[in-house]
Amino acid sequence: MATAPVLPGGFELPLEPRLPRLGSIDAVALEERAATLATRSIKKGSKVFALDLAIRVLDLTTLEGADTPGKVAALTSKGIRPDPSDPNIPSVAAICVYPNLVAYAVERTRGTGVKVAAVATSFPSGQSSLDVKLLETREVIDAGADEVDMVIDRGAFLSGRYAQVYDEIVRVKEVCAGRAHLKVILETGELGTYDNVRRASLLAIAGGADFIKTSTGKLPSSATLPVTLCMLEAIRDVHEETGRVVGMKAAGGIRQAKQAVQYLVQVHETLGLAWLTPDRYRLGASTLLNDVLMQIRKERTGRYQNPDYFTVD
Amino acid sequence: MSRLPVRKTYKLFIGGAFPRSESGRTYDAEGANVARGSRKDLRDAVRIARQAGAGWSGMTAYNRGQVVYRVAEMMETRRAELAGLSSGADEVERAIDRVVWYAGWADKLAQVVGSANPVAGPYFNFTIPEPTGVVGILAPEPPLLGLVSRLAPVLVGGNTAVVVASEAHPLVAIELAECLATADVPPGVVNVITGLRRELAPQLASHMDVVALDVTGADGDLAELERLGAENVKRIVRGKADGQSPYEIEAFLELKTVWHPIGM
Repeated sequence: MATAPVLPGGFELPLEPRLPRLGSIDAVALEERAATLATRSIKKGSKVFALDLAIRVLDLTTLEGADTPGKVAALTSKGIRPDPSDPNIPSVAAICVYPNLVAYAVERTRGTGVKVAAVATSFPSGQSSLDVKLLETREVIDAGADEVDMVIDRGAFLSGRYAQVYDEIVRVKEVCAGRAHLKVILETGELGTYDNVRRASLLAIAGGADFIKTSTGKLPSSATLPVTLCMLEAIRDVHEETGRVVGMKAAGGIRQAKQAVQYLVQVHETLGLAWLTPDRYRLGASTLLNDVLMQIRKERTGRYQNPDYFTVD
Repeated sequence: MSRLPVRKTYKLFIGGAFPRSESGRTYDAEGANVARGSRKDLRDAVRIARQAGAGWSGMTAYNRGQVVYRVAEMMETRRAELAGLSSGADEVERAIDRVVWYAGWADKLAQVVGSANPVAGPYFNFTIPEPTGVVGILAPEPPLLGLVSRLAPVLVGGNTAVVVASEAHPLVAIELAECLATADVPPGVVNVITGLRRELAPQLASHMDVVALDVTGADGDLAELERLGAENVKRIVRGKADGQSPYEIEAFLELKTVWHPIGM
């Protein structure tokens, strides 16, 4: 592997002149490393552990224009008790919804340990004024959201206006501080290069992100193994240099249990067991849960399963 | 100058492609190394068969009949190859004729199996046949005629199939798969797995997404297969290894009844 790019020491400001000069990522090596990790054979006991973990770190998500309080209620019930026929299946980590549905999710999850995450700051594009973004963030926190998923302004980032992106993250973080966890969505599908992904990761971490998150799930190209590996390595480098712990959330396009296991393997290999908890790692998905439940039942019964026997979502 | 003939590797038929077994295993049958399919090959085949179901069952019955007829055309052009791998020309000709016979039934089933039922009350009452879904077939002997006799009724009814070929004589099943691949049978509608019966049959019987199991060619512990199939209430079908009847098709159909009010 190529040598890791030099980090801005301690992230002292001004950050802007430093970011464009970060060393470049070796794309071939990154993709090869991600592909190699994806070929790991995970069997029996480890597989059952990974499937169980995949549920525990899941942000069960519904972000559709057609969402209703009823849909959120159904999703929340499913998140609390994914398989009603099996009490050994854990609850998911959080329910992720649009701002105006936060109150319904909060009401339903009260007393269960399942958290509520809300997308904010004009998700998914992030194209509105800072005042609107801050207001939205404040509203979802007042409504009871435990976690805020903000999007960065990719237009500003790609134009080189890093300071603007940084300032927005800092301002949103100020609103969240002490009341809600902040996840910063980089929307890697729009960033173009791994260099930009690393740059945006460091920018978000410097701005105060508790988690960095790959994607909104609204683009055809969402989370991929190389992109998440790139972000995980940024998290690792920051941790090694400053001791600061930043979480990771992979979201978008993760539909099969097999993919989820590959993502978990990657985290374990890059950051170690300490990151394999809901406090430090999340998977954002909606249809993934059913596939994981099917695989768990396959492991328990030895029979290949039929999606017709699992709930529609 | 003499030329070294190109020999064929007999592989599986899954989703319209001819892959080797994911396990990489082979076994010796009829003097050739034949792919020894694993339970994961079976799993993949069932998943693909399920996906293919919507397109195949959604075709008009007439169109489906045309496709099955074309299978007979493709078999006709490969008579020599099929004859070399089965008991001979007679078996091949009877198999081809059987495919043609079943092809003709595609658009006549609803009239024969379905019905308009007289009921006491101001209603029309119709019974309409619909395909069941993914059907597992344990192919009986003789290897070509037996397979065709069990596969054709499943296909004509609009089901998709995962076939476990004869363990002792698997080559002709793959030769038939080549006929299916060059006919207009959509990829995934028929999948053929070669391998050991004792490995594959229980997996097929216990798979929750296989809704019917043709055990005409089952040897060994039939009761065990039935027990495994009971979990999702599979249809267990025992038909004729050499015979043709519209009731062989009906065995893989769901008869759905619709009530419609009249006179209101």
